[in-house]
Amino acid sequence: MTALLEVQNLSLEFRSQGAPPIAALQDVSFTLDRGETLAVLGESGSGKSITAKAIMGILPRPASHITGGRILFDGDDLLTLSAARLRKVQGARIAMVFQDALSALNPVQTVATQIAELYRVHRGMPKKQAHEAAVDMMRAVRIPDAANRANDYPFQFSGGMRQRIMIAMALALDPDILIADEPTTALDATVQAQILELLGEITQERRMALLMITHDLGVAGQLADRALVMYAGRVAESGPIGPMFDNPAHPYTKGLLGSIPNAAHRGGDLPTIQGLPPDIAQRPPGCSFNPRCGYATAECRTELPLLDVFAPERAAACHHKQEVIADVALGA
Amino acid sequence: MSESTTSLIISHRRRGRPRSGLRSLWKSPFFDIAALIIIVVTLMALFPTLFTNIDPRDCDLSMSRVGPEAGHPMGFDIQGCDYWSNIVHGARTSLEVGVYTAAISFVIALIAGSLAGYFGGVTDSIISWTSNVILGIPVGIASLVILYQFRSRTVWTIVFVLVLFSWAATMRYMRSSVMQVRNLEYIQAARGLGVGPWRILRSHVIPNAVTPLIVMTTLSVGAGMAAEAGFSILGVGLKLPAFSWGIQIALASQDGNWQIAPLLMFFPTLMLGLTTLAFVVLGESLRDALDPKARR
Amino acid sequence: MLRYALRRILMMVPTLIGSTLLVYLLVFLIPGDPVARLAGGEKRLSDSTIAAIRAQYNLDDPFFVQYAKYLWGVLQGDFGHDFNGNSVSTLIATALPYTVVLALSAFVLKLIIGVCLGVWAGLRQGKFPDKFNLFFTIFFLAVPGFVIAYFSQYLFGIKLHWLPISGVRAGFPLAFIMPAMVLALETASPLARLSRTSLVDVLRSDYIVTATAKGIGPQRIMWVHALRNAFMPVVTYLGLSMAALLGGSVLIETIFNLPGLGGTLARAIDTQNGPVVVGVSVFLLLFYLVAALIVDLLYPIIDPRVRHV
Repeated sequence: MTALLEVQNLSLEFRSQGAPPIAALQDVSFTLDRGETLAVLGESGSGKSITAKAIMGILPRPASHITGGRILFDGDDLLTLSAARLRKVQGARIAMVFQDALSALNPVQTVATQIAELYRVHRGMPKKQAHEAAVDMMRAVRIPDAANRANDYPFQFSGGMRQRIMIAMALALDPDILIADEPTTALDATVQAQILELLGEITQERRMALLMITHDLGVAGQLADRALVMYAGRVAESGPIGPMFDNPAHPYTKGLLGSIPNAAHRGGDLPTIQGLPPDIAQRPPGCSFNPRCGYATAECRTELPLLDVFAPERAAACHHKQEVIADVALGA
Repeated sequence: MSESTTSLIISHRRRGRPRSGLRSLWKSPFFDIAALIIIVVTLMALFPTLFTNIDPRDCDLSMSRVGPEAGHPMGFDIQGCDYWSNIVHGARTSLEVGVYTAAISFVIALIAGSLAGYFGGVTDSIISWTSNVILGIPVGIASLVILYQFRSRTVWTIVFVLVLFSWAATMRYMRSSVMQVRNLEYIQAARGLGVGPWRILRSHVIPNAVTPLIVMTTLSVGAGMAAEAGFSILGVGLKLPAFSWGIQIALASQDGNWQIAPLLMFFPTLMLGLTTLAFVVLGESLRDALDPKARR
Repeated sequence: MLRYALRRILMMVPTLIGSTLLVYLLVFLIPGDPVARLAGGEKRLSDSTIAAIRAQYNLDDPFFVQYAKYLWGVLQGDFGHDFNGNSVSTLIATALPYTVVLALSAFVLKLIIGVCLGVWAGLRQGKFPDKFNLFFTIFFLAVPGFVIAYFSQYLFGIKLHWLPISGVRAGFPLAFIMPAMVLALETASPLARLSRTSLVDVLRSDYIVTATAKGIGPQRIMWVHALRNAFMPVVTYLGLSMAALLGGSVLIETIFNLPGLGGTLARAIDTQNGPVVVGVSVFLLLFYLVAALIVDLLYPIIDPRVRHV
């Protein structure tokens, strides 16, 4: 059974005048099945957002250049589609929810207009009908008093409500894949919980695949079936989330999990991963994580580890993955 | 607007090494030409004898409106005076109006803007209200009426009227700059340490806020010069027997003089146009050099 | 919305009083004889004229009463009489249409030139249109309007004989083309700069990215999303630009000999007809304030965020 979405060896560069190109993504591969939720984890600069943008077709031009790989969706390579065909996919079959709803929504259009735009552009619906459909969508994401609030402007809603509007916009045409780029990072904890709940329910109802970009392991743990951990533009580890969190195979994943504060840390220092994420313009030779890695050996400093399937559905890019697995299993 | 890591990376790479402000100025040819023009005109103003030995008032009516000839590169004006000499002597007054207006406006805006921005409260209310009223008045029209009232008009009369209306816009800018700087953490820290307001203003607030002010002031010199000429054309400018490019343009425009002898209009407008252009180019170059973020 | 309108109108009142007061002060309160000043100091007026003028401006009343009476009169459309007994209001009424035609034509032209140039430059950042925009704006910002005016008169009037140099005998539009064009070029630069910057900023906004992610085509993105947002700062500026337009029109009318308000003002200065100078100036001031107010009131229609403040 072929996956709904398959990213194969995606590589991407940023090029700008008078400076050497930066390899923002290197050899990124993963799949996404119908109805499953995949969390893409990583720090700022790990490449998770740019991967989402590549799939969505909204890479920053003219700086971004795809230097290799394919993004297969329903038999087509999204990277080679004509602009017109890509537009048919965008919004209708793959949709995106952004982090900051206030800046992502047009400030001078009513929310209903913005949701209705999808119906009008993709399905040619007449204005009135599209407006009705938009209001229905607002109800579906549980915005109270939807019919009246439809004619309000984004600035008149609270942060959580605005995020619901973005979700309504994304779900309007019942896409196959929903990409959520840090959808709850800008919200406070209670609202965050509500939004996550909403996302979980809706994707389940509609058997929609969800690609959730986040740096928050808790959020990933709550919603995701599988996870992809990215570091410095490469995939560090991937697999089903339960086994991965219980027993990570990559030192970075292990470090992330280890730094989650819990009661056991009371009275002492919080564990962190030493060092800083690398400047992707100047990656260290070999494995990018090696300067911060407790397992690093000479091999790590010269040979780039490839993403390697070491167990059913689990893959990691580390020369010492077996050690890492063994370590955690001992309850370290 | 959210600033994603991606956009930060891209924009940082594009900027390359930050241009070291003023040094990059010398490289631009436009700046050089502009600076040259300003230097020449300033020299004309300060040392007219460097450029001409002929007395501008040594006139011979029989030479009225004769064109350029040997020893008289700009010909003769309506009275038969050497035009080049008149133009050279006119530089001083025109430049004076522009520079004095800009400079005095600058000082007033600096002080008023600092007071209003830093101390807020009643001071701010009064200053802001006044500037709003002034900004609401179209400068040209109000200046006309006022200048009409004065029997004798000197450079200072005109400067006074122009300053009256031009301090407001610059003050507003200074005020908002000061307000921004005032809220910076290190300023708050200084206040917390008990550093007096005058010291803070002098050493920290003003130096940070003054750069855009300098740019605006440079840009406005040309406007002052043009205004002087405009007033002269309308008949409320400087009175004879003063010299200024404005007066020369006004004289040329009367009675269709310039239609018969177009050079009478051409030379003073050329000088005025070049000088105002030079100041604007200078101001723009300064802006680019001192504050790259504000670039266009 | 109504609250915004009321507030804006209320704000206009102090400006109205402030500006007319300032002018009135500088005309009537400077030490010396105001009547003599109005007459330019060289005219000899008959005693009866002097008395009439004194009565007209209530010069025997305390200052604020003078001012109040004058303002009251002005608000009712009474601008007094000049030294020859002519009604200033009539003069204004006769001259007004010419100024309105000139100002409107210039406004439309400047809007088209400024916005088109700015948008073109914004769409082709860093390339020729952008550089051209820069040169254009610097040139017309720096070089005074009258220089452009004389130059065009010479080129198009004297040398090429395409357009009349002055006067309104050639009627509309011929007589107004050059003056309106010069005025438009004079004031288009800030507009061009602003349009460009505004468009560039908007095109970089997040909501434009969202629109792309929704599968909206580039045409629709430009017209429905980008331009409308980009025009908002431009519209704000338009109100302020009226001042430049009105001020510039005085000189332009003089140079092109158009019998509008500016021309009347210039002629009055020439003939030292003080009451006309004051009357027309005050009228122009009010005209400007009202025009700016109208533009301000239009703004909430465009920007919904302002409606609810």
